[in-house]
Amino acid sequence: MASGVKPRVKVPKKASAGDTITIKTLISHKMESGQRKDKSGNVIPRSIINRFTCEFNGETVIDVNIEPAISTNPFFEFEAKVPESGEFVFTWYDDDGDVYTTSKKIEAS
Amino acid sequence: MNAAKKLASACALAAFVTTPALAGPDDDNLMINDEINMVTETAAPAHLQDVLDTIYSGWRFRTDETQALQIDDFENPAMIFVDQALDLFNTVDGTEGKSCASCHENGPEQFAGLSASMPKVIDGKLTTMEDLLNGHRAAAMGAEPWKWSGANMQAMVALIGLQSRGMPMDVAIDGEAAPFWEKGKEMYYTRYGQLELSCANCHEDSYGMMIRADHLSQGQINGFPTYRLKQAKLISRHNRFRGCIRDTRAHTFAEGSDEFRALELYVASRSNGLSVETPAVRQ
Repeated sequence: MASGVKPRVKVPKKASAGDTITIKTLISHKMESGQRKDKSGNVIPRSIINRFTCEFNGETVIDVNIEPAISTNPFFEFEAKVPESGEFVFTWYDDDGDVYTTSKKIEAS
Repeated sequence: MNAAKKLASACALAAFVTTPALAGPDDDNLMINDEINMVTETAAPAHLQDVLDTIYSGWRFRTDETQALQIDDFENPAMIFVDQALDLFNTVDGTEGKSCASCHENGPEQFAGLSASMPKVIDGKLTTMEDLLNGHRAAAMGAEPWKWSGANMQAMVALIGLQSRGMPMDVAIDGEAAPFWEKGKEMYYTRYGQLELSCANCHEDSYGMMIRADHLSQGQINGFPTYRLKQAKLISRHNRFRGCIRDTRAHTFAEGSDEFRALELYVASRSNGLSVETPAVRQ
């Protein structure tokens, strides 16, 4: 597992049913592109998060393929419509096979 | 209104409209996380009253996009490093088998207010936060000193500084501090390098103007360590001093040198009254 990986998510706790809310996500990750060389000239192997998804009650909200040009600590901000109370599940897929998951509940009234 | 007057007022309007939007600080108000209201503009401290009426945080000179990054901690990229420092605070290091938390049981919160008064004279020596950290690492933990601008060092300086966020800067310049302060002041007004520029030429005489693509601030250090977007990491006060002096095409002083300690005290005293913004976000 890559070191220092920590997902962070910001979702409002409450919303009116049918509202569109803004979701912000950030994961700390070094996102080594595979293009760099170390001091002795050897290529530093690529180690990035290659996919990010968000689901709401099992339904896909966003599904992103991530390529090596993306920055360290990738930050995603997007909007989602909340038809009912439920849970957002966020998943990041690492090149090394690790999967990082976090979830947030939201109450719709 | 006669024709001449009409023309005059039209000209005045045109002049107003074409004035560059970046003359001087903007009028934005800095409220962090919708709860901490920051002082980004206040009357200059007494020792500056011959040269400046008002002091402004560097935040007021940045673009709206950069400013936005500091308004919400979730979007502040420096917070990743603050989080790492929190882990470091609890990590055992050195021959004594201790972490910061072994002695400082109440966590970093107990250092609220400390950064607002740094640097200060301790046992006759002008001491910065970096000196305090390395001093404690050596004496209490038996740990290797951190490099001045190293990632761990500046993350920890930022974590301690964050505890004072929102408090007014208040460094002492009298008593034991006076000789160091005088030395720092002399440096501030000394022209360095082939370009023969002093700190004051840009940050006192010309703040608000553009120096090539950069909007000059007053060079206040109330937000350091600062996350600089172009370097994508936390930047120490001394690193910033070194960069400025290098840009005058001078041989610069070393980070952690007595010269930069004195300059840090003097520049910090020019921020007295502004809120501590650590960790700030700049261009």
